[in-house]
Amino acid sequence: MIWQIELLVLAIVLICAVAAITVKDLLGAAILFGAYSFMLCLLWAIMGAVDVAFTEASVGAGVSTVLFVAAVFRTSRRTKD
Amino acid sequence: MKVLGTLVVLLFGGLLIYGTLDFPSWGDPAAPASTHVSPRYIERTLEETSVPNIVTAVLADYRGYDTMFETIVIFTAGIACLFLLRVIKREEAEARMYRHIPTGITLRVKQRARLPESMEEFERIDLMWVPYDLIVKTGCRLIIPFSQLFALYVIAHGHHSPGGGFQGGVILGASIALYAISTNLRSGLAWFGEKAAVLLCGLGVFIYASTGALCMLLGAGYLDYGALSTLFGVDPVTARSHGILIVEIGVGISVMAVMVLLYYNIVSAGRQDEGL
Repeated sequence: MIWQIELLVLAIVLICAVAAITVKDLLGAAILFGAYSFMLCLLWAIMGAVDVAFTEASVGAGVSTVLFVAAVFRTSRRTKD
Repeated sequence: MKVLGTLVVLLFGGLLIYGTLDFPSWGDPAAPASTHVSPRYIERTLEETSVPNIVTAVLADYRGYDTMFETIVIFTAGIACLFLLRVIKREEAEARMYRHIPTGITLRVKQRARLPESMEEFERIDLMWVPYDLIVKTGCRLIIPFSQLFALYVIAHGHHSPGGGFQGGVILGASIALYAISTNLRSGLAWFGEKAAVLLCGLGVFIYASTGALCMLLGAGYLDYGALSTLFGVDPVTARSHGILIVEIGVGISVMAVMVLLYYNIVSAGRQDEGL
């Protein structure tokens, strides 16, 4: 695997992770968390753990984002802190 | 408080990272896992279970007991969510919204007000979510059958390719949630009801556990699928592969039902009348 791409994906993972916990808009945080999961899924696939990557893509990027959005829909969109 | 929290996180995060220094480095051929555990599975899995995907064989056969309790964890999560969020006592909302289908006019009917005589031309819509989006509806209608077919493929083809019960079940559950999002929660509930979801999430665990019990009845250990060979009329190695498929189907059913239950309860705050 090309190491530049690996490094780029890892950088995006870190950026998304930090952004997801700092952003004030909770819907944005849910979307960023989905992006984080998807990039992590790419990282698993790069490391050859295809089954883990598949689980990360379906559970992390798919269903948990939907559940977060549903929770934001029922609560408030902005954090208090 | 916030400073204290940051300090605690940094301290324990640092400790965890310090702990990883003792791990063998990634892909180290001299690591215990590479010298003892992995070669055993890589060399013997195909001749013992006739499953080319070693991960599936380890998950559902060698570590089958582990995976059974993982399924039970998911089942428990679904049931716990149901008990925490579900509001059984049905209190009527202060008003209901209806759309007149031919004209697109929306009506707001107050509580205990008289509804129109014929409901054929009206469709109930949510108070919070009124826009009608043809593109989303049609797009989702196109996507849903294919995603469900793909989910079934993922479950059935878990022996040969990445995937299995957990992933396939999640995709199936997501397709039902997608239907509920693209129309509304009531259509989702009419298609895949709450009773069906609760029954199926128990049924999946039951299929898994009873497969293990069946192996015991046939004279082998719990979840020792080789014993199923007399039942299927195949040799014990192929019977292991069939046993893995059965428990994967059980896992898929359970996971799908739990995902749907979680979605229904979170999106409607447990009332299951209005929601995305």
